Amino acid sequence: MKAVLTIIGQDKVGIIARVSNVLAECNINILDINQTVMREYFTMIMLTDLTDVNVSFADVQNKLEAVEKDLGMNIRIQREDIFTKMHEV
Amino acid sequence: MINRNNIMETIGMVEKNKFDIRTITMGISLLDCAHEDGEIARQKIYDKITKKAEKFVRTVEEVEREYGIPIINKRIAVTPISIVAGASTDTDYVEFAKTLDKAAEEVGVDFLGGFSALVQKGYTKGDEILINSIPEALAVTNKVCSSVNVASSKVGINMNAVKHMGEIIKKAAYLTRDNDSIGVAKLVIFANAVEDNPFMAGAFHGVGEYETSLSVGVSGPGVVKAALEDVRGEPFDVVAETIKKTAFKITRAGEVLVNEVSKRLDIPFNIMDLSLAPTPEIGDSVARIFEEMGLEKCGAHGTTAALAMLNDAVKKGGIMASSHVGGLSGAFIPVSEDEGMIEAVNIGAISIDKLEAMTCVCSVGLDMLAVPGDTPASTLSGILADECAIGVINNKTTAIRIIPVYGKGLGDEAEFGGLLGRAPIMPVNKYSSEAFVNRGGRIPAPIHSFKN
Repeated sequence: MKAVLTIIGQDKVGIIARVSNVLAECNINILDINQTVMREYFTMIMLTDLTDVNVSFADVQNKLEAVEKDLGMNIRIQREDIFTKMHEV
Repeated sequence: MINRNNIMETIGMVEKNKFDIRTITMGISLLDCAHEDGEIARQKIYDKITKKAEKFVRTVEEVEREYGIPIINKRIAVTPISIVAGASTDTDYVEFAKTLDKAAEEVGVDFLGGFSALVQKGYTKGDEILINSIPEALAVTNKVCSSVNVASSKVGINMNAVKHMGEIIKKAAYLTRDNDSIGVAKLVIFANAVEDNPFMAGAFHGVGEYETSLSVGVSGPGVVKAALEDVRGEPFDVVAETIKKTAFKITRAGEVLVNEVSKRLDIPFNIMDLSLAPTPEIGDSVARIFEEMGLEKCGAHGTTAALAMLNDAVKKGGIMASSHVGGLSGAFIPVSEDEGMIEAVNIGAISIDKLEAMTCVCSVGLDMLAVPGDTPASTLSGILADECAIGVINNKTTAIRIIPVYGKGLGDEAEFGGLLGRAPIMPVNKYSSEAFVNRGGRIPAPIHSFKN
C-alpha cells in the first residue's frame, strides 16, 4: 500500500529528520518528496510505500501524532488511492 | 509521482470546506425474523442485527482513519417493520422499536431506520398497527427512525393515510412535548420512497434488496460553495460545469471508502447517494450556495431556478463518478439543519410556500421545518397532500418532515440539537383544509403512470 504524508506549518530545523526517523522505525520506504517554503510556511508532501511496514496503520499515525505535537505542525498520512481516484476520470 | 495540486485540494476540502462522508448505512434484511410470537421475532431481530453489524462501526472507523476523510455517521436500515412484525399476533409494535433501539445501541450506530410502512394504496394489518405505534415508539427510543410511504407515481395518493399521518404527527409532537416535539424529527412521510436511501430519517431496507448491503451518503455543500467562489460572475454554463466537477470528486471519495469497507466486511456495496446535505455549522450550507450564485438571500426570486440547476449538476457529476448511484442524490433543503436557511426564515426571505415550490426541483421535499404547535392535523395533512402531489406528478421522491412544536408559536424557535439544528417557527396558511382531508379515499394514479 502507498500513502501520502503531508506536513504543513511554520518552517523550523529538523522537520524531515524527525519524520523520516519515524518512517525508518516503521520500515516505511520514501518514494518521492516534494517540498516548498513560502514566507516561512512549510509544505511538504512525501509519497511512501508501506508494503513492508512493521506496525499497524494506526500505530504509524500515533507515532506521527507525537512528532506533530512536538513540532507544532500539521502532519497527516493518508492512503494514496484517494487522491488519484478523486482527481482522475 | 506527486501531484501537489490534487493532494492539497483534497486536504483543503476536508480542512477548510467541511467535506465529509455523511453516512455509511448498512442495510439488513429482517424478512427471516418474522414469527407469530412477537417475543421470538424480537429476539431474532436483535440477534441478527447485532451479529451482522458486529464489526461495522469499528471497520468504518479504521477506513476513515486510513483515508483521512471524516465519516460522520454509521447507520443501519432494516426491512420495514410493518412487514416483519405483521406476522406476529401483537397488536402494538412499540416493543419492536425498543428492540431496534437496543440493537442500535449495542453495535454503536448513530441511527437505525426502518420502523416503516409502505401504504401508498392501502393498509395491511401490520401497517395499521405500526402506524398507530409510531408516536410512542419515537418517544421511548433514541436512535430509531420511522417513515411511511403514502403515495407513488404508479398508484396515486392514499388520502386515508394522508389524513391519518396528520394525526400521527400531532400525537408524536405531543408525546415529546418536553423536548420541542423532537419525536417528529425522526419521522418522514414519503411519496415515491426509495428502497436504498442511506439518509435518515427516511432510510429503510426495501424487500427487493440484498440480505445485507452497504450504501453511502456523501455530502459537501461547503465544497461546492468554495468551488463557486472561484467562478464569480461567470455565466451559468461555467457554474454548472464547476458543480459537476466538484460533485464528481466528492462522489469518488465516497466510493473509494465504501468499497474498502465492503471488502473488509465482505458485504456488497449497494449504492452511492450523493446528496448535498447541509449541517447547522457555518460553511456547510446549501442556502449559501444560492447566495454565491448571486441571490441576495435564499428565497429571493430565482432560488427555484438556482436549486434546479444545482440539483441537476450534482446528479450529473455523481453519476459519472460512481458505478451505482441511487438513493435520493441531489440537494436537500432542510430548514433547521442549514444555517443559511435559518437566517433566511428569520429575516423573512423565505416562506413555506417558496419552500414548497423549491421541492418541485430539489431531491427530496419539505424537510425539518417547524410550524406552530396548534396547527390542526388537517392542515398538516393538507401540506402532506400537496407535497405528495408534487412527487406523484413529477415522478420524483418527495418527503415531508414537518414539526408542529408543542407549546410554541410564531416568534419562537425550536432547538433539536446536533445535526438536527434549530428552527424558527414558520407560519402556515390559516384557512382550513379539513373538509378536503376528511373525504379520504385515494387520488387515482396519474395518466403518465400507464406506461406498460
